[in-house]
Amino acid sequence: MVPSLSILDRKEKCTVSSPVFAPWDDPNEKPLIRFENVSKRFGSFIAIDDLTINIYAQEFFALLGPSGCGKTTMMRMLAGFESVTEGRILLSGKDIAAVPPNQRAVNMMFQSYALFPHLSIWDNIAFGLRRDKMPKDKIDARVAEMLKLTRLEEFARRKPHQISGGQRQRVALARSLAKAPKLLLLDEPLGALDKKLRQDTQFELMDIQESTGTTFVIVTHDQEEAMTVASRVAVMDEGRIIQVASPANIYETPNSVYVADFIGDVNIISGTAKPAGKDRYFVDWVPNQAPIVAVSETGFSDGQKCHLAIRPEKISITKDKPEDVENAVEGKVLDIAYLGNLSTYHVELPGGQIIKAQTANTRRISNRGITWEDPVWIRWNATAGVLLEQ
Amino acid sequence: MRRFALIAVPYAWLLALFLIPFLIVFKISLSDAALAIPPYAPTLKDGFGALIEGLDLENFWFLTTDDLYYKAYLSSLKIAALSTFLTLLVGYPMAYGMARAPEEWRATLMMLVILPFWTSFLIRVYAWVGILSNEGLLNQLLLWIGLISEPLTILNTPTAVYIGIVYTYLPFMILPIYAALDRMDDSLIEAAEDLGCSRLTAFWLVTVPLSKNGIIAGCFLVFIPALGEFVIPSLLGGSGTLMIGKVLFEEFFNNRDWPVASAVAVILLLILIVPIVLFQRNQQKQAEAEK
Repeated sequence: MVPSLSILDRKEKCTVSSPVFAPWDDPNEKPLIRFENVSKRFGSFIAIDDLTINIYAQEFFALLGPSGCGKTTMMRMLAGFESVTEGRILLSGKDIAAVPPNQRAVNMMFQSYALFPHLSIWDNIAFGLRRDKMPKDKIDARVAEMLKLTRLEEFARRKPHQISGGQRQRVALARSLAKAPKLLLLDEPLGALDKKLRQDTQFELMDIQESTGTTFVIVTHDQEEAMTVASRVAVMDEGRIIQVASPANIYETPNSVYVADFIGDVNIISGTAKPAGKDRYFVDWVPNQAPIVAVSETGFSDGQKCHLAIRPEKISITKDKPEDVENAVEGKVLDIAYLGNLSTYHVELPGGQIIKAQTANTRRISNRGITWEDPVWIRWNATAGVLLEQ
Repeated sequence: MRRFALIAVPYAWLLALFLIPFLIVFKISLSDAALAIPPYAPTLKDGFGALIEGLDLENFWFLTTDDLYYKAYLSSLKIAALSTFLTLLVGYPMAYGMARAPEEWRATLMMLVILPFWTSFLIRVYAWVGILSNEGLLNQLLLWIGLISEPLTILNTPTAVYIGIVYTYLPFMILPIYAALDRMDDSLIEAAEDLGCSRLTAFWLVTVPLSKNGIIAGCFLVFIPALGEFVIPSLLGGSGTLMIGKVLFEEFFNNRDWPVASAVAVILLLILIVPIVLFQRNQQKQAEAEK
């Protein structure tokens, strides 16, 4: 399975077969969860800083950020393990501040899985159902359904220490889904799995989310994971949400250098803007070089400081001077990183800035013709980059 | 060969310090009391053949004829079982509190639990005499507050024995339970609450089962020595408290009837073998579960 390709396939299929799932664009849609000016302080430390956000039913919402950015605190506030210092959290329009964790229609999948070691897999999954005083035959049916969903039927009688890490992860998921919560919280759910298993499990998670129709909120520091599974990604830093958007928008139109840099690889060229026609700007970046042409929907005034963010795969590299292009700069190859499917060239430009340019290795064992210390030309279109204020 | 040598050391230890003394005691229990030094017959001086011939189970029969012995065994079992239960009641909350205390406090709390061991056991038991006697600290305090008008008689009653045993063996209960609770992942409690448990049900359904091995280990560590306890009942229990340790002491030193005393000791050991084997099993199971 090649993950990066099949994700695109899936998303496209979805958009073709049904109308685009984007309740956040519909002003009449009521959010399932609403954070209203929520702040959380631990002593003098501000974990969450005046945060407002809506999460809609059936969303797969990812909270992404470095450790200590407040994403786990947000999740623990939703589960009821942390109180809110200021502001309020609404679940289906109702303030949940006074509702203890055991009475919230919210379940959580813990990072450590938190499986009860003294109970069998079956009893672990049935644990929540028993608390609801569900009749025994209904519990049996529901547990069987969950075991089937997570393909764990043959392990039902085992104890957690008798199964593998990937299976434990599925037990934790089955247990938290068993009560059919309105909202499922996943705290770094795949953090303990190795890379290959993690990729497979991401798709399982998406399938399960789709088939159960549950709203998922996932906390992760792995941007690839967030991009793969989520319908929307919130990038957080220091208790604030910097940007909330679909994975594609986060990647292609980041709203700040922080987001552009956090998600994937990016080149940042700083300079001053000069308007050059509708939505077009010249960016002066080093003295004695032609300005860069960039297109931007956000307006910049003459002489305003700006940062151009361009993804490496949108920059192409040639040995000869390209003709008829909007932006072309000569430089020297410093480093080549061969990644198998891709090669990344580190090119030093006049003024000392290093730009990464990426090409796909579409032909096998071909002579790529560019090597260290070679003088090369890099080029990109005016629309290739995003012009950012900060 | 090296492996053999490695195993031989503990076995030699057991042989020299447990099996041989036991065989000596067992042999004495099969002998008859005599006015001699040592105070039993026959001994090896009489020759091996006579020695074997002179052994019989008479002393064990004797134990069944006087109901003092079986009453003492039963009373010891009852006192040991009840005081183990009381130690658990006192020790569990303390262990729980220690495991829940902030990280930086735990070493200090642990120290406080272990600290009494640095003082002689005998002195600590004598201290309780000073606390519990009719003119003791406790009665003075209660009289002074006005809670009672007559001093309570605690010393020389079974209550004093229970207090003494619970106090003395409390660390043996706390430490294994603390170890079990300390190892427990806090997120398990959160998971239980998340799945619909109240704090109390989460405690019963998760915390207690997960500290089960600690509870079992603690109970055995208290029950086994409490069963044969001699110092506490003789210092705090007075003449009214019947415990097998005291009976054994009296047979040995007051009556100078070594054979009967040895028979009492052999029976006590047989009674103890059951809980000791169960304890070992529990430890083994725990070790396996942690692998």
